[in-house]
Amino acid sequence: NSSRLVLFVEIQPQHCKTNRVEPNATIGEIKSMFHKSHPQWYPARQSIRLDPKGKSLKDEDVLQHLPVGTTATFYFRDLGAQISWVTVFLTEYTGPLVIYLMFYFRVPFIYASKYDFTTSKHWVVHLACMCHSFHYVKRLLETLFVHRFSHGTMPLRNIFKNCTYYWGFAAWMAYYINHPLYTPPIYGEQQIRLALIIFLFCQIGNFSIHIALRNLRPPGSKTRKIPYPTKNPFTWIFLLVSCPNYTYELGSWLGFTLMTQCLPVAFFTLVGFVQMTVWAKGKHRSYLKEFRDYPPLRSPILPFIL
Amino acid sequence: MASSEEDGTVEEKENNNKKRTKSALVTAWLTFYNIAMTAGWLVLAITMMRFYIQRGTHKGLYRSIARTLKFFQTFALVEVGHCAIGIVKTSVIVNGVQVCSRIFMVWFVTNSIRQIQNEESVILFLVVWTVMEISRYSYYTFSLLHHLPYFIKWARYNFFIVLYPLGVAGELLTIYAALPFVRRSGMYSMRLPNKYNVSFDYYYCLIIVMLSYIPLFPQLYLHMLRQRRRVLHGEVIVEKDE
Repeated sequence: NSSRLVLFVEIQPQHCKTNRVEPNATIGEIKSMFHKSHPQWYPARQSIRLDPKGKSLKDEDVLQHLPVGTTATFYFRDLGAQISWVTVFLTEYTGPLVIYLMFYFRVPFIYASKYDFTTSKHWVVHLACMCHSFHYVKRLLETLFVHRFSHGTMPLRNIFKNCTYYWGFAAWMAYYINHPLYTPPIYGEQQIRLALIIFLFCQIGNFSIHIALRNLRPPGSKTRKIPYPTKNPFTWIFLLVSCPNYTYELGSWLGFTLMTQCLPVAFFTLVGFVQMTVWAKGKHRSYLKEFRDYPPLRSPILPFIL
Repeated sequence: MASSEEDGTVEEKENNNKKRTKSALVTAWLTFYNIAMTAGWLVLAITMMRFYIQRGTHKGLYRSIARTLKFFQTFALVEVGHCAIGIVKTSVIVNGVQVCSRIFMVWFVTNSIRQIQNEESVILFLVVWTVMEISRYSYYTFSLLHHLPYFIKWARYNFFIVLYPLGVAGELLTIYAALPFVRRSGMYSMRLPNKYNVSFDYYYCLIIVMLSYIPLFPQLYLHMLRQRRRVLHGEVIVEKDE
């Protein structure tokens, strides 16, 4: 008769509930159990740990592999209301798509009323609208069909923060690009052509990286592996960079800045670059910590520089 | 905002022996810095008083202290550096916001909009700033010298209760008085069309700055009140997200 683990789940400041589970139960199962007795805390917002100040345990952790005896005391922390990553991404990317188009079609109350529903006489404005829209449609499709998320949810307040950022900047950029008094790029067709090439190159590159990262991870798994260059030339940048998806993203926005010659776009590119550098450095550091044999030539986001 | 605030950490260092001992050089520099700033704001205070006693009016007072004010207020940027390298344990953002708002007032409002320099509201916030800075810097100086008279501690953690709102009133009234002049002159503004495809209206920027006092001031004021309770009455305040 195998010994059964008796669980006390201690919640501060309330007192405990006793539960019995099999030794091979996972933390995920315990979270479901806890959710049944405390319906207001669904599993995604539970953080279970062995030590009140310790790290949160993963859903896949199995009880008998944890340092517990015949009874186990777990500490619970409420992570607050959670929202799925997919929902956040879909919302934050649909906004810019719709908002930009509203400015492009010069919907009333944005510009002087004599310009309502008129179109710009500069062809670069039409091109910019196509590029911007393509970019966000691509992001939406990637969210639905390409990305494999390691975390299911994030705190609810993030959606307000993220949407303010994306939607706010989209409105700010779109206002000037689609303005009746917009000034096209100084170097005209040459500048626009070069910008378009950079933009398209980086869009394809970014997509290639997303596909490569997806293929690293079999469906439903949460395993982590070092990404390597594949047959696709756009992935050869993995030789020099840990997070080439961010590198290509920066490139796309630099292309868009060059194409529109608009200071708000440059500003958006800069802010995005700062944020992506922070993320890239974090990712690079965790790669180095996790894998002994991580290629030493790689930089986080810019080859050899950053 | 009217005054800078901190976590009372200089005192924390004094009381808490577990904290690492700062190197002698750092302590010497900080002591020198705080003495210099105390002296600077004292000079400002005395110059202002002398002007008013001799002339009997506040008109022209700002012009007479403008250079000294600009020097010492701008020099306070050094404090942000102190936070950034960690020799003072305030957060860079908190200190940064404080110093930037002061610099904004001095350089982008009173310095550039001459017509409002003789407003009473300017004198109001100048007096508030002077009193607050003298009590703050002398508090730091004495703490570093491990010889803090109680009345200085009392002053630093009680004056703000009245002075903070007064200072905010002075600043807001000054910006409000400046609005018509900004609108008329179109200063610091950029209109379309231009090759950067951007526009900026300083008038609306100032209005947004005024509105930003609404969320920011209560937060800072409440923070200072919590600090006061902790430092003067030894209460343990639990922050919401601990």
